[in-house]
Amino acid sequence: MTAQTIDPTGQYNAATSPTVSMLTPAGRMEPSESAAEFLPYLEALTEEDYRRFYRDMVVVRKFDTEAANLQRQGQLALWVPSHGQEAAQVGSAYATRPQDHVFPSYREHVVGMIRGLDVVDVLRMLRGVTLGGWKPEEHGNFHLYTLVLASQTLHATGYAMGMQLDGSTATGTPETDQAVIVYYGDGASSQGDASEALVFAASYQSPQVFFLQNNQWAISVPVSRQSRTPLYLRAGGFGMPGTQIDGNDVLASYAVTRKSMDDARAGRGPSLIEALTYRVGAHTTADDPTKYRDPDELAYWVARDPIVRFRSYLQGRGIEQQFLDAVDEEAADFAADARRRALEITGPQRSVIFDNVYAEPHALVAEQRAWLERYEASFEEGSH
Amino acid sequence: MTDTTVRPPAPTPTSPDAQAAASVTLPMTKALNAGMRQAMLDDPKVLLMGEDIGPLGGVFRVTEGLIAEFGDKRVLDTPLAESGIIGTAIGLAMRGFRPVCEIQFDGFVFPGFDQITSQLARMRNRHEGGLIMPVVIRIPYGGHIGSIEHHQESPEAYFAHTPGLRVVSPSNPHDAYWMMQQAIRSDDPVIFFEPKSRYWPKGEVLLGESGTSLHESKVVRVGTDVTVTGHGAMVSVLLQAADLAAAEGISMEVIDLRSLSPIDYDPILESVQKTGHLVVAQEAAGFVSVGSEIAATVAEKAFYSLEAPVLRVSGFDTPFPPAAVETHFLPSPDRVLEAVDRSLAYS
Repeated sequence: MTAQTIDPTGQYNAATSPTVSMLTPAGRMEPSESAAEFLPYLEALTEEDYRRFYRDMVVVRKFDTEAANLQRQGQLALWVPSHGQEAAQVGSAYATRPQDHVFPSYREHVVGMIRGLDVVDVLRMLRGVTLGGWKPEEHGNFHLYTLVLASQTLHATGYAMGMQLDGSTATGTPETDQAVIVYYGDGASSQGDASEALVFAASYQSPQVFFLQNNQWAISVPVSRQSRTPLYLRAGGFGMPGTQIDGNDVLASYAVTRKSMDDARAGRGPSLIEALTYRVGAHTTADDPTKYRDPDELAYWVARDPIVRFRSYLQGRGIEQQFLDAVDEEAADFAADARRRALEITGPQRSVIFDNVYAEPHALVAEQRAWLERYEASFEEGSH
Repeated sequence: MTDTTVRPPAPTPTSPDAQAAASVTLPMTKALNAGMRQAMLDDPKVLLMGEDIGPLGGVFRVTEGLIAEFGDKRVLDTPLAESGIIGTAIGLAMRGFRPVCEIQFDGFVFPGFDQITSQLARMRNRHEGGLIMPVVIRIPYGGHIGSIEHHQESPEAYFAHTPGLRVVSPSNPHDAYWMMQQAIRSDDPVIFFEPKSRYWPKGEVLLGESGTSLHESKVVRVGTDVTVTGHGAMVSVLLQAADLAAAEGISMEVIDLRSLSPIDYDPILESVQKTGHLVVAQEAAGFVSVGSEIAATVAEKAFYSLEAPVLRVSGFDTPFPPAAVETHFLPSPDRVLEAVDRSLAYS
C-alpha cells in the first residue's frame, strides 16, 4: 500500500512534500524542509512539556478504550473514538493560551482535558443525561461539542469577530490578546458552513485557526470523495495561509499551531492547518470499518502511531523507563476512575425538559411544565 | 351594533419614556429604522448584520443611514451567505453581542435554516441555561408586491414550530417601532417577520413609547358577531373586510396576533366567548399553520362557546404562484367575508 491510495495527489508521500513534519515515523528528529520556519517554536519547549505531551496522549488513548468498552456494555449511547489522532489534538491544544477559545467538533476529548475539562463530562453527554455537559467559561473556554458537522466553524468565526469588535485581540500584548481555534474534519470540510466560515473569516480577518483533522474517513467515505485536492490548498482559494502537517507528529502539530495562533492573536488574520492523521478505530461504536477499509491501509497507519513515534523520540533523548511506566500506570488509573465515575452518573430531573428552552417566561412551555407535574403527581401514592 | 377602531395605546403614564413620547407619522420602514437606532443608542452591544444593509441601507432601505451614524463595526455588510450570517451571529451572541440579522427576502432564509433551528434555537438549552442567545432575525415576508419567486412567501410556521424561538410580526408602524426594540432586548432569539406590503403605508408612531409585552395579541377593532384573527399584512385586509361587513350589518371583532410564538390566547378566547364564531386568516398555506394551531387550541379551550367550527382563510397549499395571479392566491377582504358568512350560517 502506498500513500497515493490514501491521498489522491500523493502529497503525503512525495519527497518534495510540503507537509510539515519534525519526527520521522520511527521517531527521529528530522524536520522536513517546510518545517524550517516553525522550528523556533520547538526551542521554547521544556522537558516538562515533552513529558506532558506524552502523558496526555497515553492517558487519552486509555480513556478512549475504556469509554468504548462502556458503550459496548450498554453504559453509553455512543462513543466517538479518538484513537490515532492524539498527536494532532495534543500538539494543537498545547499551542493555545488560556485566554483563547476552543470550538471542538466532537472527537477532541484530549483537547478538552488539556483545557481543563473533566472528560467524564463528555461521557455525561454520551450517556444521555445532558445535551451539553459543561460550562465552557469554567473549563478553559472549551466550548460544547457540536454534532451537526461544521456548524461550529461559523460559531467560532462569529466568536472571533466578536474578539475583534470588543478589542480583545491584536493589541500587541500576546499575554492577553485572544484568538479562536476551531476543530473540524475532512468530512465536515464538504459542508457549506465550513466554506462560509472560511469566507467570513477571510473577509473580516478574524483571529482564528481552522484546525482540520484529515483522518481519511468520514464514516465509510474516503477523503478522495470529499476533495480532489489536498484540503490545505483550499485555504489559498479563500485568501488565507494553509499548511499541511503530519498530524501524527505531536511536535509538528504544536509548532505549526503555535505560530498560527500567535499570528491570529497579533492581528495577522486567520489560517488553516490540515493535519494528516488516521481514525484507527471506528467512526463511532455504531460503525464497522472492516466493511469498507483495506487492512493494509490500517497497518500502514498503525505503523505511524503517534504515541509509539513520540515514545521512540523520547527514548532517543534518554527518557527513563520509570517515567514511561508511571505514565502507563497513571493512564490505567485515569481510565478506571473515569469508568467508575461514569457509572455513577445520575440522570437529571424531568424538569430539565423545560428549564432552559427560553431565558424569559414562555406561556406555552410554562403550561406544559405545569401539566406534566400534575400528570406525574396523579400517579403518586394517595392521588386519584 | 357598535364598531370601534381601537387606536394604538397611549403612552403608559408610569413609563419614564412617556413624557418624551413624540408623535410622528412614518412608514413602517422608517419606524423599524427608528426602533433599531434607538436600540443601538441604548446598548453598544447591539449590532446589525446582513446583505446590502450598509451604504445601500438594505434593499428596502430599512437600515438607511445607520452605517453612517454608527460605523461599520456596528453595521456589518456581510458576505452573501445566510447560514454564515446566522452562524456568525450565534458566535457573536456567545461573545456578548446582540446581533440583528437582516434576511433580504422571505424565500432566502432557508440557507440559514439549519443554523436557526439546529443551533440558534437550542443553544441555551444545550448549554443548560449557561448562556443567552439574544439574536433577532428580521425577515421581510409576504405577498401583494408583485414580485418573482422566493420574494413573496410566508414561512412563519416553520419557525413557530421550532422550540426555542420566539416569532413575532407587527402589522403597523407603531408596533414595528416598539416591537423591534423589545425583540432586541429579549434574551431569546426572535424571528421578526416584517410584512413588506405594509412597509410603505404611513402611520402614527409615538417615539419614545415602549409598548406592551412583545407577546400580547390585541383587539384592533371591537365587534360582536364574529372574531377574526390575523397577523402582519393580513390585519389591514381584515380591517377592510370589517368595514365591508359593517355596511352589511355584520360586526367583526379583529385581533392582531402580533406574536406567533408564543400565541397570546386570552384576547382570542375572551372574544370567542362573546361572538361564538372564529375565522383565522393568514397569507401562508393553511396546512399545519399558525391558523391551524389557533383553530385547534380554541376548539379545546372554548368548545362550549363556539357556535360554528373555526374556519381558516389562507393561501392555498401550493407554492406562491406567479405574481400575475397572486390576487387569486392571497386572501382578500372578500375571501375573509366568504368565511365570515359561512361561519355565521351555522347559528
